[in-house]
Amino acid sequence: MDLNTIWFILLGVLLTGYAILDGFDLGVGILHLAVKKDEDRRVLMNAIGPLWDGNEVWLVTFGGALFAAFPHAYATTFSGFYTAFMALLFALIFRAVSMEFRSKHESPAWRKFWDVSFFAASGLATLLFGVALGNAMCGMPIGADMEFQGGLLDLLHPYALLVGLFVVATFAMHGSIYLYLKTEGELQQRIHGWMWKTFGIFLVFYLFATIYALVDVPLATRNLRQYPWAWVMVVLNMLAIANIPRAIHQNRPGYAFLSSCATIAALTFLFGEALFPEMIHSTLNPAWSLTIYNAASSPKTLQIMLVIALLGMPFVLAYTAVIYWVFRGKVQLGKFSY
Amino acid sequence: MHLDVALLSRIQFALTIMFHYIFPPLTIGLGGLLVSLERKFLRTGDRQYEIAAKFWTKIFAIVFAVGVATGITMEFQFGTNWATYSRYVGDVFGAALAAEGIFAFFLESGFLAVLVFGWDKVSRKMHFFASCMVALGAIFSSIWIVVANSWQQTPAGFHIVNGRAEITDFWVMVFNPSSIHRLVHVWIGAYTVGGFFVMSVAAYYLLRNRHVEFARKSFLSALTIATLASLAAVVSGDLQGRNVARTQPAKLAAMEGHFKTDGPTPLYLYGFPDEQEQRVKGGIAIPGMLSLTVHGNMQQPVAGLDKIPRQDWPPVAVTFHTFHWMVMLGVLFIALTLLASFCRWRGTLFTKRWLLWAFVWIVPLPFIANQLGWIAAEVGRQPWVVYGLLRTSDAVSKSVVSGQVLGSIIMFTGIYSLLFAVFLFILNSKIQHGPEEVTEAPDHTAGADLLKIAGQRSGTGGRSLAEGVQ
Repeated sequence: MDLNTIWFILLGVLLTGYAILDGFDLGVGILHLAVKKDEDRRVLMNAIGPLWDGNEVWLVTFGGALFAAFPHAYATTFSGFYTAFMALLFALIFRAVSMEFRSKHESPAWRKFWDVSFFAASGLATLLFGVALGNAMCGMPIGADMEFQGGLLDLLHPYALLVGLFVVATFAMHGSIYLYLKTEGELQQRIHGWMWKTFGIFLVFYLFATIYALVDVPLATRNLRQYPWAWVMVVLNMLAIANIPRAIHQNRPGYAFLSSCATIAALTFLFGEALFPEMIHSTLNPAWSLTIYNAASSPKTLQIMLVIALLGMPFVLAYTAVIYWVFRGKVQLGKFSY
Repeated sequence: MHLDVALLSRIQFALTIMFHYIFPPLTIGLGGLLVSLERKFLRTGDRQYEIAAKFWTKIFAIVFAVGVATGITMEFQFGTNWATYSRYVGDVFGAALAAEGIFAFFLESGFLAVLVFGWDKVSRKMHFFASCMVALGAIFSSIWIVVANSWQQTPAGFHIVNGRAEITDFWVMVFNPSSIHRLVHVWIGAYTVGGFFVMSVAAYYLLRNRHVEFARKSFLSALTIATLASLAAVVSGDLQGRNVARTQPAKLAAMEGHFKTDGPTPLYLYGFPDEQEQRVKGGIAIPGMLSLTVHGNMQQPVAGLDKIPRQDWPPVAVTFHTFHWMVMLGVLFIALTLLASFCRWRGTLFTKRWLLWAFVWIVPLPFIANQLGWIAAEVGRQPWVVYGLLRTSDAVSKSVVSGQVLGSIIMFTGIYSLLFAVFLFILNSKIQHGPEEVTEAPDHTAGADLLKIAGQRSGTGGRSLAEGVQ
């Protein structure tokens, strides 16, 4: 396996880590307005309070690693999707400060403003991530000079919008299972209902997105013909999805959460597998696509970065484990909570 | 002046980085303070230190949150607005940025959770460890980002392949000629900001006669740090000046308003450089002084802007003024901290109300000095984005049009104004609320002490007895 492939896989690992971890806290944001009482909203926010910031670092590191390993892919997508990325920044900034600012003042109007902004920012960020994934699956108008040739409207492809909504539904479901694990009593009973509802919505979008992809998105299936072993992942994905309602029904929420994590991991894998070895497929001329070779940094840099990653990742995993261990168990509102 | 994508992108980058840079120096400065407070608490068991650490942690958390939120903008902007630059430097610059993510951001954000939410979840030692890790994370972060920026100032350890820079030697890239000088200066700037910030809040409490014991402790530790940092800035600035003369002569010449290379070079204390007439108007200068600082003798001329092709000149006036104002502010900080230290030695510091008021209101100036220094450094590098290699005007994204950038500038101006207003509002309410009052209660409170606390408590607001004992 060459360095370019290793870095493609490592980016996939970062993206999967991000989708699983920030996925549940974005999901909590999407569900935030479904409870009305201030105390309940505080429970929801504090369920992710100590964790969301570290989760978002997976995205920041993904961005940094993309810049370093595949500078052309980074430059083309970020400048090509200019307006979408500005909207994403808008959402991420508001999300971060909503959580931080909400608790600092007690007036109801103040809290309402930050509640709505927390919900809207979480929803918008998730939708934009989904639209970006959908566009990557459809391919983009990339010219011979590696530059994006289209406009904003090119990004509003129906399949991309469908994937956007699918990701919103996925994170909402993932977030509701997480909240079920972190809450107790009457609130937890209500969240039990949310798990079923969000799973239903997730399933509908999953089916639609899958059918659409099979019918009209050639990129989605081309590699399955070339690498038949990848069908294993398709099957695992379906088993993980089927296991979610089973685990909820058996009242084993931890197991349901793991299944939901596995679902997200499998979907991210299938996304990467569909693209490989391209990063951005050109709809104008396949030869102009950005691949893991023509978009990459020099082998020397990829090698240096691999050393950095191998040194750094054990620490990252260790801190993540420590933090999740310290903040395990049900949410308790205290003096230091949001 | 035509509003093209390059100019608009520069305006946007300046706007967003300057707003962002209000926060990181304060995080670095306060991070050091938190570590020292918690260490003292661990050693002495004096609850005063714990209360101080809790108070500053709350402030730290807000500063950190806004810093992170505005920092993501920076990472995105290289790609969105400066795609050509990203393609050119990704091989070199990207590695530093990725190292920052892996080594610094995970450390900071992970342990910040323990720092803020973990007071009653982990042991004191673990909490102290977390504060060390957060402070260390802030320092790691500054290392990698300053390394990346220094590489743009003084590129090293690379070669050009197919029109882009590729690494040849990682450590030569990291320790490029300006990295260490600039990093040290950035840290000094950060501790100056941290010191003056703490002194401002503490002086306010002292003047209002609130939290006096807490305020005295905070003020004195911060004064020590700010005095040392202000003095160290002179040494670091001098070393850096000589280094800039060697590596970026155009920048030095612009900072000093030095146009013609002939005879002993004077050092302008102030003045108004005129690019058209190529001289400094109305300036006050020390003859031969720049020769002395750069070459160590008063005779040898320093290379002026006449040695640089006209199209490679940085904007002289901006570079000159920002640099000189930074220096003047630095002198003011030294004067003030030395005066305060002298009064401290005489034992009259806390009786001089005018001096305390000066410390309350002066707090924006160290932030401004940091900003001015960065403007001088970045504008002084122009017209290059990577010194001598890539022009700023060639570095912008090709697929972006000016309307998009104008739109995002309006968006950032709106969000950041709102953020800043809310930030000040919350900061003010935290400061008005102040640290928790100390009850002289050790962990094992005897009955008599309990009564005493109850008495104190009833006088100090409606908190429960149980909370007082905690």
